[in-house]
Amino acid sequence: MLEHYLSLLTKAVFIENMALAFFLGMCSFLAVSQRVKTSIGLGAAVVFVLAVTCPLNSLLYHGLLKEDSYFLNGIDLSFLNFLTFIGTIAAAVQIVEMTLEKYAPALYAALGVFLPLIAVNCAILGASLFMVDRDYHVADSLVFGFGSGLGFALAIAALAAIREKMRYSDVPLGLRGLGITFIVTGLMAIGFMMFGGISL
Amino acid sequence: MAKKAKEVLFDPLLNTNPIAVQVLGICSALAVTSKLETAIVMSIALTVVVALSNLSISIIREHIPSSIRIIVQLTIIASLVIVTDQILKAFVYDVAMQLSVFVGLIITNCIVMGRAEAFAMQNEPWPSFVDGVGNGLGYSLILISVGLVRELLGSGQILGVSVMPLVTEGGWYTPNGLMVLSPAAFFLIGVAIWIMRTINPDLIEEE
Repeated sequence: MLEHYLSLLTKAVFIENMALAFFLGMCSFLAVSQRVKTSIGLGAAVVFVLAVTCPLNSLLYHGLLKEDSYFLNGIDLSFLNFLTFIGTIAAAVQIVEMTLEKYAPALYAALGVFLPLIAVNCAILGASLFMVDRDYHVADSLVFGFGSGLGFALAIAALAAIREKMRYSDVPLGLRGLGITFIVTGLMAIGFMMFGGISL
Repeated sequence: MAKKAKEVLFDPLLNTNPIAVQVLGICSALAVTSKLETAIVMSIALTVVVALSNLSISIIREHIPSSIRIIVQLTIIASLVIVTDQILKAFVYDVAMQLSVFVGLIITNCIVMGRAEAFAMQNEPWPSFVDGVGNGLGYSLILISVGLVRELLGSGQILGVSVMPLVTEGGWYTPNGLMVLSPAAFFLIGVAIWIMRTINPDLIEEE
């Protein structure tokens, strides 16, 4: 049993990396990777929110929405997926924000403005949709959510480190900023494809 | 007025292109462009959603309290995406399966939210609609050109019709395997940004 979860975790972090294999959460990935420190802050917030929302949405999906669910057997509400998931995510982000503010003010200050922005990060909604696609149950989706968040955090910290070093390089004028970031991310994605051959 | 509408419609194609200049909606641009067909379907779906969400948000903009506007916008957008998803599943089932989660991800596509927030909340319904169409077209321009290059160089085909016969089938073209892989989309968009900034030097970033 433990092996199953370990392999799911490794798969979510490395082989099916949210940012570099599926290109989810790209907007914040490109915009908030100027400094290593802020990017780690965003990464931590993403790990946190994914680990909360993914199992929550799994619970809702298996309990109410799908056709042979526990509570509403026989009624297929799966077309309400999107609306329910985005609602859960927005609410969860709000609750996480208020809880952190009250009980862990240091962490709250560190995450700052990134926390509310996460509600519209496509990596979060993407993880919930993958959960439905691949039929993960609650425990599976907790591990999957945590792993995907960790993978995203790893990728964004690595990109930020590269961009900090790149300040010393002589990039062609038209490529500066966004253009070269795209190309660096492409090279990183090729690097991460090497994990694809590993079978667990 | 006619001139302004034209500006609102055509500016997003080059000068304020949502992907290359505003850096919005990149996720789906990268993932669905390995074939031209999926790129076209995705472009149409997104253009329709942006235009309609801009229109409906602009119509009720006076009645949305600003503290809950994000939730209201998300609800409108999510409903439009559900309708789009059901239509795609009903009429082009194969493509809908290939797009898999990316239709749903239109909800969190930053173009839709970004335009609702930046344009539709301050403008009349008709210009908002035109702005939505323009930004949808700007997105489509990048998506379709990247999809075209990737399918042509990666498998010698356009829309599944063989243009450059492959070596394996007795032709002359050796396919470029990199183009089928996802990182190729990054390189192509990077190069597209480079070309756009060389044509229009105002867009170059100072660091």
